[in-house]
Amino acid sequence: MAFLHGASATHSGPKSGLKSRSYTPYLLLAPGLIWLITFFIIPIFSLASTSTMVRPEGAQIGTYVQELRFQNYVDAFVANQEQYVRSFVYAGIATILALAIAYPLAYMIAFKSGKYRNILLVLVVAPFFTSFLLRTVAWTQILGDEGPVVSALKLLPFFDDSIRLTATPFAVVSGLTYNFLPFMTLPLYASLERIDPRTLEAAGDLYANGFTTFRKVTVPLSMPGVVAGTLLTFIPAAGDYVNAALLGNPNTKMIGNVIESRFFAVVDYPTAAALSFTLMATILILVTLYIRRSGTDELV
Amino acid sequence: MANSKVSQDTGDLVLNRVSKFYGDFRAVDDLSLTVPDGSFFALLGPSGCGKTTTLRMIAGLEEPSQGTIHIGDTDITTQKPYRRNVNTVFQNYALFPHLTIFENIAFGLRRRGLKDVKTEVENALNLVELGHLAERKPGQLSGGQQQRIAVARAIVNRPEVLLLDEPLGALDLKLRRQMQIELKRIQMEVGITFIHVTHDQEEAMTMADTIAVMNQGKIEQMGSATDLYEAPKTAFVANFLGQCNLIKAKVQSRTGGKAVVTAKSLTFEVPLTRVSTESDSVLLGVRPEKLRLDDKGINSIKECVVTDRSFVGTSTQYLVRTPWDLELVVFEQNDEGLHDLRVGDKVSLEWDPEHTFALDGAQDVNAGADLDDE
Amino acid sequence: MTTVAAPMPSLSHRASRWFSRNLIRIYASLAFIYLFIPVAYTFAFSFNDAGKSNLVWQGFTLDNWKNPCGAPQVCTAVANSIQIGVISTVIATLLGTMIAFALGRHKFRGRTSTNLLIFLPMATPEVVLGASLLAMFLNLRINPGFWTIVIAHVMFCISFVVVTVKARIASLDPRLEQAAMDLYANERETFRFVTLPLVMPGIAGAALLAFSLSFDDFIITNFNSGIESTFPKFVYVSAARGIPAQANVIGSAMFFIALIIVIVGQVVSRQRKKS
Repeated sequence: MAFLHGASATHSGPKSGLKSRSYTPYLLLAPGLIWLITFFIIPIFSLASTSTMVRPEGAQIGTYVQELRFQNYVDAFVANQEQYVRSFVYAGIATILALAIAYPLAYMIAFKSGKYRNILLVLVVAPFFTSFLLRTVAWTQILGDEGPVVSALKLLPFFDDSIRLTATPFAVVSGLTYNFLPFMTLPLYASLERIDPRTLEAAGDLYANGFTTFRKVTVPLSMPGVVAGTLLTFIPAAGDYVNAALLGNPNTKMIGNVIESRFFAVVDYPTAAALSFTLMATILILVTLYIRRSGTDELV
Repeated sequence: MANSKVSQDTGDLVLNRVSKFYGDFRAVDDLSLTVPDGSFFALLGPSGCGKTTTLRMIAGLEEPSQGTIHIGDTDITTQKPYRRNVNTVFQNYALFPHLTIFENIAFGLRRRGLKDVKTEVENALNLVELGHLAERKPGQLSGGQQQRIAVARAIVNRPEVLLLDEPLGALDLKLRRQMQIELKRIQMEVGITFIHVTHDQEEAMTMADTIAVMNQGKIEQMGSATDLYEAPKTAFVANFLGQCNLIKAKVQSRTGGKAVVTAKSLTFEVPLTRVSTESDSVLLGVRPEKLRLDDKGINSIKECVVTDRSFVGTSTQYLVRTPWDLELVVFEQNDEGLHDLRVGDKVSLEWDPEHTFALDGAQDVNAGADLDDE
Repeated sequence: MTTVAAPMPSLSHRASRWFSRNLIRIYASLAFIYLFIPVAYTFAFSFNDAGKSNLVWQGFTLDNWKNPCGAPQVCTAVANSIQIGVISTVIATLLGTMIAFALGRHKFRGRTSTNLLIFLPMATPEVVLGASLLAMFLNLRINPGFWTIVIAHVMFCISFVVVTVKARIASLDPRLEQAAMDLYANERETFRFVTLPLVMPGIAGAALLAFSLSFDDFIITNFNSGIESTFPKFVYVSAARGIPAQANVIGSAMFFIALIIVIVGQVVSRQRKKS
């Protein structure tokens, strides 16, 4: 294993640890990168190719012919624009809610947790050791008509007996918010934890009160975490369909649900492919714009 | 996994016209030196002068762009570090955090295939007086202890040459002084060639038999501490070791064993042996402690004014301005004959020709002065 | 002239000061409770004497815990998920670690493209990852099944392994490896005695991460599994008529096992730092 170490005859200075051996890095990279190219990049092209296919008249369900029909995209989008918009709206709301809930939590762990810090970090992640689906199903039952929450709400004067929480947009967004909370909390924590408390003391020394310090020092310094957390929440949320399926109704369908059903229920691969591709492209554009505005250099 | 192909060379370490380039940058520039077997040798210079790069080339962690390195008759220029009979004490100690102290020290011995390492390791630990720490891990040791273990780990292998890369930099002053004495003692006890890289001139002067002062990849001057201090050959060396006064002057004559130089209509004498240039434009140098506050000497400047005074216990340091607005530094020992001068007092300065040296006048008067310690 | 002592702050005043100082801690406690609600619910209902439909509480029983494979298909699903998890973890950890070493210890051309290729799967929604892989399998007339799931899982886990191991390698002082070579260890020995032991915690962490991502994955798996069953798939499908309590048992057991592993890991690393 002549390649898996970091020293000797370096040509880039004593501290960098980088070597200039000619071929070993390529050997190391090859298997993993080939796997990614074969099972990530090529499938994307497959998807693109499927998206322009057409089912010939009278042909069996599931058979398609490549005709480069870019009209598929327009058709797919027009037929499903409601779900599209809804996906981004739900994901956006969930992201904002997650940020609102996670920020004080992350702040508390970073600055006010003392010796319990590691325990609290474990506790933030621990609920997510149970299966994602079990958690979401649990919410269906907790928020269900027979469940404790609805029963309690019925006791309050402003809600009548027809109140229900499941199969509502409220439930879907709640589910999204809940399920992606650790993806928001951990990057926020990492960013806040990096702030030298002496910076905050210095602000106080320079006449800033608590709130001003927070607004003008803490928040800007935590922006990398906010950006990372927002991306890590928004991107998967926009494409999610489990929350919508379990906690929603036919009117809360997100684009993920449509894609899933077009693959399995109504067999219409080109539409499904076109929708997936559009989703990916939209997210890439939004993410690029977002990153350019807030400016982060290191994502990986 | 025995690595018995470690060379067993002995002899002087010789670097012959060694250079190291990083692109256009010359970290080490045509450097040649010989380190006698068994001596304590120091590479002294400011950060970036190439001393660490030179050390790493001797260790085999860098390959020279040009030139050769020999130990005795063997050419080790391109040998891998694990084949050389050379060990290094790293600046940050580089102790293996996942191994006990015992295993750290035993590491080199085991790689060379020794089965029974216990005696050797214990001897090494006793040499640095840390036998009781054998089962601890490096993270549990103080900085000073880690430093001694790093030395033990290198020495236990009985290398031909031991390289020390600024090993005392992270220690506080008192500990550093202690370790300087320790290292000198160890070197004399085991008789291995030590090459010590440092930017601290006091450290180099205290410990080393021979010092090479490096600047920008080249050796400015090499010699004993006394040689370098009392008879520097370049402005850099003069300013880097201790403090120095340099006055621009012109040579008028070189006869009868002495040179006569003039500066600003004043005449001074320098023994010819202490003139290190053929040029007629020179820098006249004299150390602050050699200046006397009087006017009867052969070399003297009259009608100066004291512009600053600091009492530092062992001496009083004065800044004295000459009639042509050059400020000279004077140290007066806190002894009998103390002139208790104040700022503004008029004073004359004198010194002996034997304490003067003359350097090539084409140099920067401030070369080597006020260089920040890393 | 008598001095007047400062008046004792009233109870309500002291209470409101305590409140505002501890506001954030109170908030955090509420947030933690919120986080654990579904977990607690799942755990509670694992004791439900429910038969096939675990929707309403019908009585406490330990039967489910004593016989977690009582409901049909639960254990098949779990066994599948574990097998897939182990195989995917081994492959993804191996491939990802190799990439991490290349990135962290070598110079090569195409570093930016490599970083991009690693980053993209993490930034793509699972629907797209799953759908595109399915599209490829369909176009190649490959039937989705056990091995397509493994392929998919390895694919999305590699990036996470790379990120985790790379971070660990970056924190490794290259001078330790130089010291090893200075002490007569050749390249192979340096790797074996110095590099690998020091990077191992990162590799272990990456493997755990990969396993949990694989075990818990639903969307990508759903697209690429055909009729093969996994635990998340099983839960999704049986959600409508009520998941058997045994599934709750599995979920709760996973929670506790994972919690124990993490706590043990923390304690061990703290011990290591002390001793």
